[in-house]
Amino acid sequence: MKRRDFIQQTTAATALVTIGGLTLQSFKLSSKTAKITILHTNDVHSHIDPFGPDDGRNPNKGGVARRASLVQAIRNENPNTLLLDAGDIFQGTPYFNYYGGELEFKLMSKLKYDAATIGNHDFDNGIDGLYAQLPHAEFAFLSANYDFSNTIMDTHVKPYKIFNKSGIKIGVFGLGILLDGLVLKDLYKETVYLDPTERAQDMSRILKEDEQCDLVICLSHLGYHYSDYPERPSDLKLAASTKDIDLIIGGHTHTFLPKPTVVKNSLGDNMLVNQVGCYGINLGRIDFYFDSDNNKTANGKSIIV
Amino acid sequence: MRIEGKQISISDSLKTNLEIESFIKPYREHVNKELDSVLAYAVDTYSKSDGELNTAIGNLFADVIFEQSNPVFKQRTGKDIDMVIVNHGGIRSIISKGNVTTRTAYVIMPFENSVVVVALKGSSINKLIDYLLEDKRAHPISKLKIVVDEDFNLKKASINNKPIDTTKTYYVATNDYLYSGGDSMTFFQPNDSLYILNYKIRSAFLDYFAKVDTINPVIDDRFIKLKK
Repeated sequence: MKRRDFIQQTTAATALVTIGGLTLQSFKLSSKTAKITILHTNDVHSHIDPFGPDDGRNPNKGGVARRASLVQAIRNENPNTLLLDAGDIFQGTPYFNYYGGELEFKLMSKLKYDAATIGNHDFDNGIDGLYAQLPHAEFAFLSANYDFSNTIMDTHVKPYKIFNKSGIKIGVFGLGILLDGLVLKDLYKETVYLDPTERAQDMSRILKEDEQCDLVICLSHLGYHYSDYPERPSDLKLAASTKDIDLIIGGHTHTFLPKPTVVKNSLGDNMLVNQVGCYGINLGRIDFYFDSDNNKTANGKSIIV
Repeated sequence: MRIEGKQISISDSLKTNLEIESFIKPYREHVNKELDSVLAYAVDTYSKSDGELNTAIGNLFADVIFEQSNPVFKQRTGKDIDMVIVNHGGIRSIISKGNVTTRTAYVIMPFENSVVVVALKGSSINKLIDYLLEDKRAHPISKLKIVVDEDFNLKKASINNKPIDTTKTYYVATNDYLYSGGDSMTFFQPNDSLYILNYKIRSAFLDYFAKVDTINPVIDDRFIKLKK
């Protein structure tokens, strides 16, 4: 760093500290209105090519090359965009059987995905198979409730990541489903599953209170809702039992929603849960419009879905 | 703060990103070339709807699982598989007359299910037979033989040509989906033990197709109904 810049920065920082919180607020007041766009997929399951015209369920739907042009158009319109995936990237077409996930990760990198969480099918070639594909992924893997410390994935997965877009801090954390019973132990090995609700409470506190994030987003592969198993962790349950999460992006249950679900959190505040089915046939889009002071609670928030 | 949420359909009205498309192309061509590689020849067209209580394609399914899995099971345990059962719904496509390719294995078995062997008492085998008599469908079986009268009363049941011994333990090969109760096959629980072979059903087909020159399965007498 050049000495002159250093002095300028130090002076600026000192000024803020001495004048205190008031200045901090007025400083924020001067920043312009910002719009953050969150784009998301889940359970793409190696569906790289579109479904053919004769497909019985999703004719002419999906396809990574089409998703790429849509994402690019949205980024051109708003550079303050994050692209996220809620897991089960792997397994479902011969591309996975032949390339083990290499093509999926390379394409997600080309589309400039920012982060993904890990789904149960991402262990289908074993934790070693997942690890082997990491060099092809230029995006972050986030999981706050899989403890990988005794596995080859140690240090390659972070509980959360903070993105800064035009001065707005966006904290994103990941949550994965209970592996026992879904994935053979031989595949997930020494991965330890931690209670997702407790971890979500920790993460939202860290991101909101310690890191002062303006937006907190959970990337979840827990599943939307289990009506037959009310005790099973799900996105709707998680939403109602936590606070300070603005958006849960879900996966696993391949749930097609007519629109994002508005849920009251533990404080009675509205937040959003969304999931866009599977196989890359939809892209979820949530736009957050911030007021000039970035302070959503003071002015309340309106959700239009 | 204002929040707006919506879902955008990825449909053919969107432009294809040509850079991404040309990146995928060599992968697609390689996969297609592999999938279209010829492994064997089918003498006829085989469909799961051809046959009442056993079908040629279903018999092929169950017999291939036995033939390919038994050496794996025997090597690990020193025991033989006594019988095989999978489900009629698990046959996802016909096999067309002509070339059998890698793609054939993917279309008849698109799922990732694997072979498991379940140790079942003869009493549970009787429940398995009750299920077959109740369902009246050509669920693929191998080594098990069943004869029923015109009203689906059991006339004869045998494994390897011996009557079912309720006290004996039988080693039944199936897939992990059915073992977990899929297609209402509840008779796998409780059981004496479970052996996970880590051998995908599709891999068993691929290995079998690569091994043989022609496939020519037939409807036989493994599950039949006596006429009046």
